[in-house]
Amino acid sequence: MLLRTQKLGIDFGGLKAVDAVDFEVAAGTVTAIIGPNGAGKSTLFNLLNGFHRPSSGTVHFEGEEITGLAPHRVARRGISRTFQNTRLFPAATALDNVLIGYRMRTSTHLWDALLRTARARREEEECRERAMRALAFVDAAPMAHQHVGSLTQEAQKRVAIALALVAEPKLLLLDEPAAGVNAGETTALSELIRRVVEAGITVCLVEHKMRMVMSISDRIVVLHHGQKIAEGAPAEIQADPAVIEAYLGSRSHA
Amino acid sequence: MRALTTKVLWLGALLVALAFPLLSDNPYFLTVVISGFITAIAVYGLNVLVGETGQLSLAHAGFFGIGAYTAGILMVRFDLSFWLALPAAVAVTAGLGFLVGMVALRTKGDYFAIFTLAVGVMITAIIDLWEEVTGGTDGLIGVPPPTSIGPIDFTSLFSQYYLYLFCLVLTILAVRNLSRSLVGRTFLAIRNDEHLAQAIGINVGRTKRLSFTISTSLAGFAGALYAPFLGYLGPSVSGLIMMFNMLLYLMIGGAASLAGPLLGTLLLMTATQGLLAFEEYQLLILGPLLVLSIIFAPTGIAGVAEKLRLRLADRPPPPEAPPPPTSERLENPDRPHAAPHAEAGN
Repeated sequence: MLLRTQKLGIDFGGLKAVDAVDFEVAAGTVTAIIGPNGAGKSTLFNLLNGFHRPSSGTVHFEGEEITGLAPHRVARRGISRTFQNTRLFPAATALDNVLIGYRMRTSTHLWDALLRTARARREEEECRERAMRALAFVDAAPMAHQHVGSLTQEAQKRVAIALALVAEPKLLLLDEPAAGVNAGETTALSELIRRVVEAGITVCLVEHKMRMVMSISDRIVVLHHGQKIAEGAPAEIQADPAVIEAYLGSRSHA
Repeated sequence: MRALTTKVLWLGALLVALAFPLLSDNPYFLTVVISGFITAIAVYGLNVLVGETGQLSLAHAGFFGIGAYTAGILMVRFDLSFWLALPAAVAVTAGLGFLVGMVALRTKGDYFAIFTLAVGVMITAIIDLWEEVTGGTDGLIGVPPPTSIGPIDFTSLFSQYYLYLFCLVLTILAVRNLSRSLVGRTFLAIRNDEHLAQAIGINVGRTKRLSFTISTSLAGFAGALYAPFLGYLGPSVSGLIMMFNMLLYLMIGGAASLAGPLLGTLLLMTATQGLLAFEEYQLLILGPLLVLSIIFAPTGIAGVAEKLRLRLADRPPPPEAPPPPTSERLENPDRPHAAPHAEAGN
């Protein structure tokens, strides 16, 4: 298993946002985390990448414990993530946004920067090349020199994914990759996610668009009120009475 | 093309600066411009932290004062040469900056501003009260001019002008290299979004401390240059009015741009010299000016100039790209990293 959580939980002032969740992500697969709003999906991501420190339980990545590790250390171990809102810098170009993602694999320090040493220049060039490659991978190469603020929502999502990919992570966490994009674009994003997996990067995503989730996931984990209520292949999940009840009980869903 | 124009403008400015003392030997003008150079160095330091890293520190004038007093005290009380006092003052402000940063940067946003404001006030109070060392309210009197190096003598305003100009050019080159580098880009990433920065592997705490230390070092450097230039120091060098002025120069000149700190400092310092006759009313004019600038030109002079430049440059659309974006996003200041891609793109 690439990633494994055991009894992972966090409570915010008595509210158990994530409650003793055991789940696993196998290398080379797509795992989706679904559940009604407020089920604890994003909080679970925040626990995995180190934004929140769990109140209980453990997280193992590649067999090593990473519970409570600072987010930048988690990222350097090879877990990268995107956000529901892309958080890119709108006034900078796509290329400039993406290339900083490779910074963690470089070692330019202050004196290199001030004196513009050979290492500083070489590493800048390397970041630029990696960023161009990542943008090409997500089909955003033609937009490399455009300001992110002028791109469509879908293009911004691709740039955000390029930023998450540029340092070549082992596991990519996607937080609602298809939120706010239309049906055609959703299909294109699904294809992109498939391509990411084929490139050897394991994907774990939170998503509300059920058609997309069912079509691209190998495995689905269902959260409800912070607890895991079901887990399995898409077909099993669709037939699971507990899942249907959780969704119908809270709100109807496409 | 664009990188070229920028270079020509900077070279032109340098030529004007080099020729200035030859054209005007009015000591008053020279004094004003030298003060501008020294203050601009400090404002460049402020820009690293406030403009690029997005951390509003109000302790900057305090560190300017620490640099000035460290150099001044070493030169007056210990007869140290300026050339030893200068690096010593930079080292002291860098060290203190690192220590203060370690604590202050545990707070964020408004709390960071308030915390650093308190630090600045404390520094002024210490300078004021530690009379036997700093001279207290009477000030530190008789800081000698920089000692001569071989045949070059720094007693005249004329030669001092070139010394301070040299220091300013050095500062601008250093901050230019820094802001274009991967280190400078991590500062911008933090200003843009701390969570995203963490998620892409940036050690946000360490990077902020680095930015804070660079910023205070430049304040200390400027302060150490200020002491022998003025010849005397009073606690007001680190005071709130100094802090306000530095922020004003930065905001009006244009934060996070390379030209902004210099433009803002020189323009406003020369302009306010005209207001010197009514010194107590200066803030009455400058305060509203800052408010107006933040409302109508939040990116400062450099940002407005960049917007105009983009508008002019946008007329013939570049061949590869679809119609260039004309959204108001472009009103944002010239990103330091915009230049390299312009080179790569052409």
